[in-house]
Amino acid sequence: MKHILKSVAVLLGADMKRPAPEDFTAEALAMHAEQKADKSRIKAIHEELAHKKLHKTPEKWRRRRWTVLIAINLLFVVSYQLDIQVLEGALTASRFVGFHMADLNSALQVMLAYKEVVVNLMIGTTTVLIMWWLLGGRTFCSWVCPYHLLAEWAEMAHDYLASRKIVKDHPFDRRVRTVFWIVFAVLAFVTGYTVFETISPTGILSRALIYGPGIALVWVATLLLFEIFYSKRAWCRYACPIGLTYGLVGAVSPLKVTYNLSTCFHEAECKKVCEVPHVLDVVVKGRATDVDLFIGADCTHCGRCVDACPTHSLNLEFTGLGQILK
Amino acid sequence: MAKTLHGKQKARRMFLRTAALGVGIVGASLLGYLPVIGRWRQRTRPPGALKEQEFLASCIKCGQCVQVCPVNAIKLADLDEGFGVGVPFIDTRQQACDFSCDGLQCVLACPTGALTHDINYSHQTDMAIARVVNENKCLAVMGKGFRGQARGAAFKGKLRYEDVDRWTPIRVSEYPYDLELCDLCVRQCPIEIRIAQCAAGKPPSGDENQCPPQHAIKLETIAGDDGIVRKRPVILQGCVGCGVCEMICPPEPAVIVMDSTESRGGPA
Repeated sequence: MKHILKSVAVLLGADMKRPAPEDFTAEALAMHAEQKADKSRIKAIHEELAHKKLHKTPEKWRRRRWTVLIAINLLFVVSYQLDIQVLEGALTASRFVGFHMADLNSALQVMLAYKEVVVNLMIGTTTVLIMWWLLGGRTFCSWVCPYHLLAEWAEMAHDYLASRKIVKDHPFDRRVRTVFWIVFAVLAFVTGYTVFETISPTGILSRALIYGPGIALVWVATLLLFEIFYSKRAWCRYACPIGLTYGLVGAVSPLKVTYNLSTCFHEAECKKVCEVPHVLDVVVKGRATDVDLFIGADCTHCGRCVDACPTHSLNLEFTGLGQILK
Repeated sequence: MAKTLHGKQKARRMFLRTAALGVGIVGASLLGYLPVIGRWRQRTRPPGALKEQEFLASCIKCGQCVQVCPVNAIKLADLDEGFGVGVPFIDTRQQACDFSCDGLQCVLACPTGALTHDINYSHQTDMAIARVVNENKCLAVMGKGFRGQARGAAFKGKLRYEDVDRWTPIRVSEYPYDLELCDLCVRQCPIEIRIAQCAAGKPPSGDENQCPPQHAIKLETIAGDDGIVRKRPVILQGCVGCGVCEMICPPEPAVIVMDSTESRGGPA
């Protein structure tokens, strides 16, 4: 339970703190001490990293994820364009072979603005809530959201320019995403308009793909340029209320990235590729309070850390609910 | 000491940067208020649409109504309509709603009730009110007939012609007319067509409930001393603002336009 509360606090923007001595299990403490004493590990780490430099690990999960992401968005497009009617609507709300689905954040905005909920919306919202609870909340972000894919490309551009010292990343205070979430909820309720939908790149892109492009794409392009030249992954990291909504849903989800301390070399290869590196604080030497741990609610289950880890200490897997709640 | 000072400066810069991001993004989203408050665009909304404010609030911007429309009458608004981005509308001059689905498919498709589920039939809708604005351009007023394609060969708009195919709407350009006195607005009015079908004992889909209780449009004879038969279109109580009269009207600009400012009081 403590882990979950901590994970939600980090999701909302809290800084990762060094755990208190009493938080560690005896087993974890012993393992930390053992790792510190074992001089042979340093050599092994250097060998490992040298090997990795020569043999680039395949981005297995990224390939799978991009395939799924493109397939889902393509299914929306062909359902309308070819009239095969499998997945009708857009990412904000849709019908999958007739079953209602509603994006949780869009549904929330509508409920707050309109202050009435029809049965179909309730059904769609509940279906999606259960689905993304099972599949890990922010899994939506990296496996479905079309903006995420563009942002990954923008991230590549940013990293390339940063490596040539042309641009520099300007981080923001992560708590601002929680502020955005609250502000947009209050704005929807007070103004009676779904204010956030106006600037939601997820909605804009999904509609642009299905119904054709428009000037709204200028806003999406602006966000991407901002991310390339000023702040890496800014929208997904610091702004998007959709991500926060799904993060809260996924806080107690059975799909998790798991971490095993015993095999970890603390090279932090995982943190380099992570969209939300604060969730990987446990991999820092001496931070893991237990041998087996779950990566927190802000994790999008993109699997890049799983691929990046040279020692397979991180894995994406379904776990029992009992384990999560312990 | 120097390090903590540097740290403090860094934290300060981060705070200011974050505040700027907050103001920037919330500010950008609130720009969406302008087109709504300023009423930059007056749109005819799909059948069953709630009052404009409630409609914008309740619409989840998914376009499911767009997908089910057999004549592709429904489009989604772009970002220049602010909070109305992704919200459906009908450009009646280009493609009006001719109710060729009979069952108000867009209403059935709407997941949030922004197109109210309280209505079932075409005559219960309330999209706009037709207004005669260019009477002197009206062919009937001039006593003229009409031959050919109502909107020219290039026009892409579609209508359902019962005598061609009950289920498949065709292009207006594929259905040339030859009329002694132009009466296209009345002839193609979906409400008037239904009333005629009901009078002939053949209500749409065999359902008596589909029969509109009131007429929507008629041609009224104008008294003249030159011996030419002239008529003017008159909009009646039963008009639901579907826009077919505007779409089919041959002159440019159309004699009849849709006025959505005073309609949509919700279900009657």
